[in-house]
Amino acid sequence: MNLKFHNKEIEGILTIIPAREVKFEEEMEHYNFSPAKSLKLKMAMGYNKHCIVEDGVCVSDLLIHGLNHLFDKNLLTRDEIDAMVLVTQSPDYFMPATSSVVQGKLGLKQDMICMDINQGCAGYIIGLIQAFLLLEQDEVNKVLVLNADVLSRKVSKRDRNSNPLIGDGASVTVVKKSKEQNVIYGFFKMDGAGAESIMIPAGGFRTPSAASTAMMEEDKAGNFRSPDNLVMKGDDVFNFVQREVPPMIEHLLEKASCKKEDVDYYMFHQPNRFMLQKLADKLGISYEKMPNNIVANFGNSSGVSIPTNIGFNIGSKLLTEQLNICFAGFGVGLTWASLLMKIGKLKFNEIINF
Amino acid sequence: MKDKITTILKEIRPEFDFTENVNFIDEGMLDSFDVVTLVTTLDKEYHISIDGLDIIPDNFSSIDSIRALLKKNGVHNES
Repeated sequence: MNLKFHNKEIEGILTIIPAREVKFEEEMEHYNFSPAKSLKLKMAMGYNKHCIVEDGVCVSDLLIHGLNHLFDKNLLTRDEIDAMVLVTQSPDYFMPATSSVVQGKLGLKQDMICMDINQGCAGYIIGLIQAFLLLEQDEVNKVLVLNADVLSRKVSKRDRNSNPLIGDGASVTVVKKSKEQNVIYGFFKMDGAGAESIMIPAGGFRTPSAASTAMMEEDKAGNFRSPDNLVMKGDDVFNFVQREVPPMIEHLLEKASCKKEDVDYYMFHQPNRFMLQKLADKLGISYEKMPNNIVANFGNSSGVSIPTNIGFNIGSKLLTEQLNICFAGFGVGLTWASLLMKIGKLKFNEIINF
Repeated sequence: MKDKITTILKEIRPEFDFTENVNFIDEGMLDSFDVVTLVTTLDKEYHISIDGLDIIPDNFSSIDSIRALLKKNGVHNES
């Protein structure tokens, strides 16, 4: 589906990363593979360390920490927030919405919209799209896209498919109406037939968590996980990404009448380095323009990998320059989405620790 | 080329004999992560980038299928 938005802009981006770093080598003993084989995988996939929360930390904790940082630094005021769109797959509760929890704990005004969206790897893009739609309203002038996940709490430590790459994190993106004329191009597609490619099988109403759903089982590849854990069919996801993402980007750029070389950066969701390099090669884009270093330094924090990517790789640049950025997110759902928009000069763009 | 591929495979999974005429995937001699390591090594050794759409089990099931994939990427037999 093609989308087009007018006169919206990002004012600032804050990313909140857990201070706890775990090295790949520290967890190798949990995997049912030789150290030599695990180290080869580390090299190929770009694993190094991942940042994960301490036990009990929830997405609202990360977000409240980040929002208080913005309030304390006078980068944002409570009264100017007209809506919060919180994108997460790891809410504090089934009910109420975690955005309502954040609103209440921060004492924000009642005259606002709070909503949660269950989205993952493409969640940052979906959150921005929702913010742009809300900003069409006369009385909505500033929207926060809150993207956060603490999925490390749902990953088996003995699952080499998922554990080395999963990271936790949160981001606050302030989106507002722009005084300057601009056009933002977007595209997304969804394929629920692939819903089981990335999922947590138990814990919802279909299969409630029980003693039986906590029992670990070994898969064909030697990984141990239970139905309470996140499971990712890596081959299916890889093939889906390689099949769908390059044509999506080609299509988006064509719709925007934009040449590849006129895009300053391709800020993509980062599942692992290997997948990103294959996408860059296929699209004929340099690795400099499509950074792939987030999994190595932070882990894959679902949609939050995109704002982390922005903060880590072009954080200071966006404070002084306006750049043409192509965003893309792809994964759980299955969902694939992209945006082409100009960003900068931002009021703030930083990464802080929790 | 055959010897070089066999050497690369042996480095990835030293416990198997890749000169045997069997399906490497079906026999469990290469799993999906071995394939990632193999692709990374082949890309580097032959200065190519194997297309992501070609990273499917059938293309890594035998020495012949790997040779065919390399040929598709412009690598000649004498390499």
